[in-house]
Amino acid sequence: MNSNVIWVGYATIVRKEVTRILRIWGQTIVPPAITMTLYFIIFGELIGRRIGDMGGFSYMQYIVPGLVIMSVITNSYGNMVSSFFGAKFGKHIEELLISPLPNWIILAGYVTGALVRGLMVGAVVMLVSLFFTRIEVQHPLIMLSVLFLTAVVFALAGMVNAIFAQKFDDIAIIPTFVLAPLTYLGGVFYSISLLPEFWQKVSIFNPILYMVNGFRLGMLGVSDVSLGMTYGVILTAGAILFVSCLVLLNRGTGLRT
Amino acid sequence: MMYALQVNDLRKIYKNGTEALKGISLEVEEGDFFALLGPNGAGKSTLIGIISSLVNASSGETRVFGTSVQRDRSRAMSYIGLVPQELNFNQFEKPLEIVVNQAGYYGIPREVALERAEKYLQQLNLWDKADKISRTLSGGMKRRLMIARAMVNEPRLLILDEPTAGVDIEIRRSMWEFIKDINASGTTVILTTHYLEEAESLCRNIAIIDHGEIIENTDMKSLLATLDVETFVLDLRESIVQCPTLEGMEIVVRDEKTLEASLPKQKSLNNLFSELERQGIHVLSMRNKANRLEELFMRLVDKSARQPGVAA
Repeated sequence: MNSNVIWVGYATIVRKEVTRILRIWGQTIVPPAITMTLYFIIFGELIGRRIGDMGGFSYMQYIVPGLVIMSVITNSYGNMVSSFFGAKFGKHIEELLISPLPNWIILAGYVTGALVRGLMVGAVVMLVSLFFTRIEVQHPLIMLSVLFLTAVVFALAGMVNAIFAQKFDDIAIIPTFVLAPLTYLGGVFYSISLLPEFWQKVSIFNPILYMVNGFRLGMLGVSDVSLGMTYGVILTAGAILFVSCLVLLNRGTGLRT
Repeated sequence: MMYALQVNDLRKIYKNGTEALKGISLEVEEGDFFALLGPNGAGKSTLIGIISSLVNASSGETRVFGTSVQRDRSRAMSYIGLVPQELNFNQFEKPLEIVVNQAGYYGIPREVALERAEKYLQQLNLWDKADKISRTLSGGMKRRLMIARAMVNEPRLLILDEPTAGVDIEIRRSMWEFIKDINASGTTVILTTHYLEEAESLCRNIAIIDHGEIIENTDMKSLLATLDVETFVLDLRESIVQCPTLEGMEIVVRDEKTLEASLPKQKSLNNLFSELERQGIHVLSMRNKANRLEELFMRLVDKSARQPGVAA
C-alpha cells in the first residue's frame, strides 16, 4: 500500500481523536486536574505533613511522580476504551473497517490519540503539582521515556478491553476492579520498603509498581526497583499487548461478524 | 469483460448455526446498475457485509474488480463506497468533518478532501448543514450524508443498502437522480431496496435472493417479460349490481363502482373495454393494481418458500 495513503490515514485518525479530546475538554482534561488537586491537598498537605519524609523527600514531593503516572495510566486507558468502544457501539468504527487502511494503522492512530490525552493530562497534573511543591527533575530522559511507554502500554490494554467489550459495563469493570487496585497498590503513595516482606514479594508481581518507580527515578532519582526491570516489564507488556491487539484486529474479533 | 463484482460459492454460517448464505455465486459487470432484492432476512445484508469486509465469509470468494476481498482486503476496499442500511456515523460530529475524515481513511489529502466534500454535500443539498451537528439533521438528510460520505473516495463500485428507507418521495426522487448520474458517469451501482418501483425504474440487472440462495438472476427486461398476467383497477361511471363475466379474463368486484380485471399480457385492452361497453359498463379511469416487479417478486418468493426443503 502507498505510504502516502498510510500517512494520510494515520494523520486523519489522530486529528479526529485529538479534536474529540479537545471538544469534550470538560470531560477529558478538567476532571483529572481537579481530582489530583484534591490528592495534593489531602494526601500531600494535610496528611503528608504528619507522615514526614519518605525516601529523603517531603511526602508531597514523593507522591508527585506517582500521581502524575497514575493520571497518565488512567487517561490513556480511559481514552482508548471510551473512544474505540464508543465508535464500535455507535457503529462508526465501520467507517474505518471498510476503508483500505491496514489494521496496524488503525491501532497506531488510536494509540496516538490515547497517548496525546495521557500526556496532556500528565502535563496538567505536573503543572498543578508546582502550586504545592518544587521538584528538580533528575533524569529527564528516563522520566519522559517511562511516561511515554507507560501511556502506550495502557492505550494498548484499553484497546484489548474495547475490542472484547459488548456493553458499557464491560469498559468499567477493568478500570474499577483491576486498574485502580493495581495502581493504588503500585507504590503511588508509599515505598514498598514500608511493607512487610510478604507483601513486598507480592508487590513485585504488580507491573504498575515498575512504571511508578521508573518515573519516580526519572523525577526524584529514587526507586524501589531497578531501571532495567522497569524497562523490561514495560517493553514486555507493550510487546505482548501490541501483538494481541493486532491479532484481534486481524481476526476481526468483536468488530467483524 | 471486466466484472465489478464476482461472488463465487459464498457461504456464511453464523455462530448460532444460522446459514445466511448457502453457496451463492453472482457476477456484476462494470458500469451496471444492479438490483439485489429479497425479503427481510434473505441474506442481502450479509452478502453486502462480506463484500465490504464487515462480515467474514465462512467459505467462498468475493472479488471486486478482480481483487479478492479475502486475500487483498485493502486494495479491494479502495474500490468500494458503501451506504449501509443503518446510520453509522458519529452523530456528534459535523457533516463536513464526517465526509472529510472518510476521505482521509482512503489516503485523500485534506485539501482535495475538502473540495470533494463540498462538491458532494452541495450535490446532495447538504452544504448549508455542513457545520451543524449531525444529530440535528432530519432522517432524509442523514441518509444523504451517508451517500456523500460513500462518494468522497469516488468509488468504482457504490453499494447502496436501502438508501431511501423512510425518506419522503420528493427526496427519494432527487436521490434517484443523483444515483443515476453517478452510474451514468461510469460508477457501478448495486442497490438493495424494498421499494420495487425504485429497482424497476433504476436497475438494468437484478438478482433476487431468498433464504440465502439466489432464486433469480437476470436482466430487468427479461424478468418483467415473464410476467404473463397484469391486473388493472377500473373506476366505473355507474354502480353495478352483478359481476360481469369476460372470457379469458378474471374480474373481481372491489366495490359497486370499482372492478379489478386480470388479463393475460398478450390480450389486448381493447377487448376488455369493448366487452365491458357491450355489457353497458362505462369505465371512467384505469390504473395498474401493483407495480409489475412487485407482482413478480411476490410470485418468485412464494415459489421459493413452497419448494421442498426450504423453510417458510
